[in-house]
Amino acid sequence: MFKSVYNWIDERLDVTPLWRDVADHEVPEHVNPAHHFSAFVYCFGGLTFFITVIQILSGMFLTMYYVPDIINAYASVDYLQHKVPFGSIVRGMHHWGASLVIVMMFLHTLRVFFTGSYKAPREMNWVVGMLIFFIMLGLGFTGYLLPWDNKAYFATKVGIQIADSVPYIGEYIKIFLQGGEIVGATTLTRFFAIHVFFLPGALLALLAAHFLMIRKQGIAGPL
Amino acid sequence: MAHGNKNEKVVYVGDSRVRKPSGEVSIPPDYTSFPGRSEAFIPNFLLKEWMVGCVVLVGFLVLTIAHPAPLGYPADPTNSAFIPIPDWYFLFLYQLLKYPWVSGSYVAWGVVGIPGVAFGALLLAPFLDTGKERRFYRRPIASALMILSLASCYYLTKVSWDFYQHELEVTGTVPEHITREEKAREAALSGEEAESPAKPAEDVALVDADNADVNAILKSAGCISCHGTDLKGQAGAKIPALRGVGDLLTKEELTEIITNGKGNMPAFGDKLSAEEIGTLSDWLAKQKAAAE
Repeated sequence: MFKSVYNWIDERLDVTPLWRDVADHEVPEHVNPAHHFSAFVYCFGGLTFFITVIQILSGMFLTMYYVPDIINAYASVDYLQHKVPFGSIVRGMHHWGASLVIVMMFLHTLRVFFTGSYKAPREMNWVVGMLIFFIMLGLGFTGYLLPWDNKAYFATKVGIQIADSVPYIGEYIKIFLQGGEIVGATTLTRFFAIHVFFLPGALLALLAAHFLMIRKQGIAGPL
Repeated sequence: MAHGNKNEKVVYVGDSRVRKPSGEVSIPPDYTSFPGRSEAFIPNFLLKEWMVGCVVLVGFLVLTIAHPAPLGYPADPTNSAFIPIPDWYFLFLYQLLKYPWVSGSYVAWGVVGIPGVAFGALLLAPFLDTGKERRFYRRPIASALMILSLASCYYLTKVSWDFYQHELEVTGTVPEHITREEKAREAALSGEEAESPAKPAEDVALVDADNADVNAILKSAGCISCHGTDLKGQAGAKIPALRGVGDLLTKEELTEIITNGKGNMPAFGDKLSAEEIGTLSDWLAKQKAAAE
């Protein structure tokens, strides 16, 4: 049954080469921890992606309850954390995952750096990777405000003050982020939109580029 | 369209039909680029990777269950005692900006200069470190700079965190999410429903809200500029609500407070006539929550 459906689609669209290309690509000995235990350092990139997927899924579930306005944001997080079954697990995963993704990405970056894997011809992939790093920091910054408790509010206020002190364009960055003169209702909706739509969109595009390039170029050879 | 044979079986490595592009051949995917014990990504290697993933996931879930995500009290912009702290991975930047040579009139160095050079160099690392050598000990400059940056980030983060802990200790502050959790635990142990800070205090209705004389006085005397146009006071600034004030104070006490002031409240004895104060305190004394 499954096979005949697959064949029906394959006859029309020739999908086999698409997934075979992903499936059959070579995983060389020097990155395989089964052969050399020290090769576990090559796992961090995959784990970063794994945690990112967890972040996306848990985030999707969080938005089922979260309300991005200053009256209800805190109340909805509070309800999610204390009343919704498994809500504290989902929120906990999103909260700790945010830190974990930074840790994994940091380790992945260090591995790439210290093995010199970013050298020609892989320069562009390094640059895209660093852009992903910045997007992740942006996601961390915008997500921190969303529970709308005191910690969130005052940290964002300080963050925006820091942005404000950038010469020449600081004022504009501040108004762009705040959506007005104070950290308030519009700031919360803006941070929500940036956290949930803008940055994840950019993140997915960059991840696609990151993976396409690694497939095209293959993993860097052994040292 | 594809291969003619309709009864395909799933075919494993060795029999891969990734089509060879005609003309230019793109870089690796055949298995000759790395001689050695190479294996296919799916399913061989991915299964192993999933095992690593499972171990990580279990560890992650244990962490999540052992330490629920923190949640403090609702944001209160008038709270002036709160010690702001960013997430841990921003602490190094936060700390950097505290040094006098990158803040105040040199703040451009702190927010753009130093982070710009550091992150710019990181972003453009492949174009700065262009040598063929990949081993880190054979490219001492790049490696040394990276290790130095890591050490500085670690140092800044640690100083920042220690200072935060010190501040908490000096001011005798317990982070709100801990206070909150503690209260919830106590409530749970004593079998009561935990008080939810999300629920706003119930509004006490005004009695005789449309009294024109009183409204004029409230406005002209400036009562509403501190006690709020809705007369709910400002909890953050410790300005009491006037709604329900009749439950707390008698007409005589209210007259006394309006005339002579109390705490931060100025005296209105010379701004309002005795008659006006009388009207006002009469009205305020009627503000009882129970009167609804």
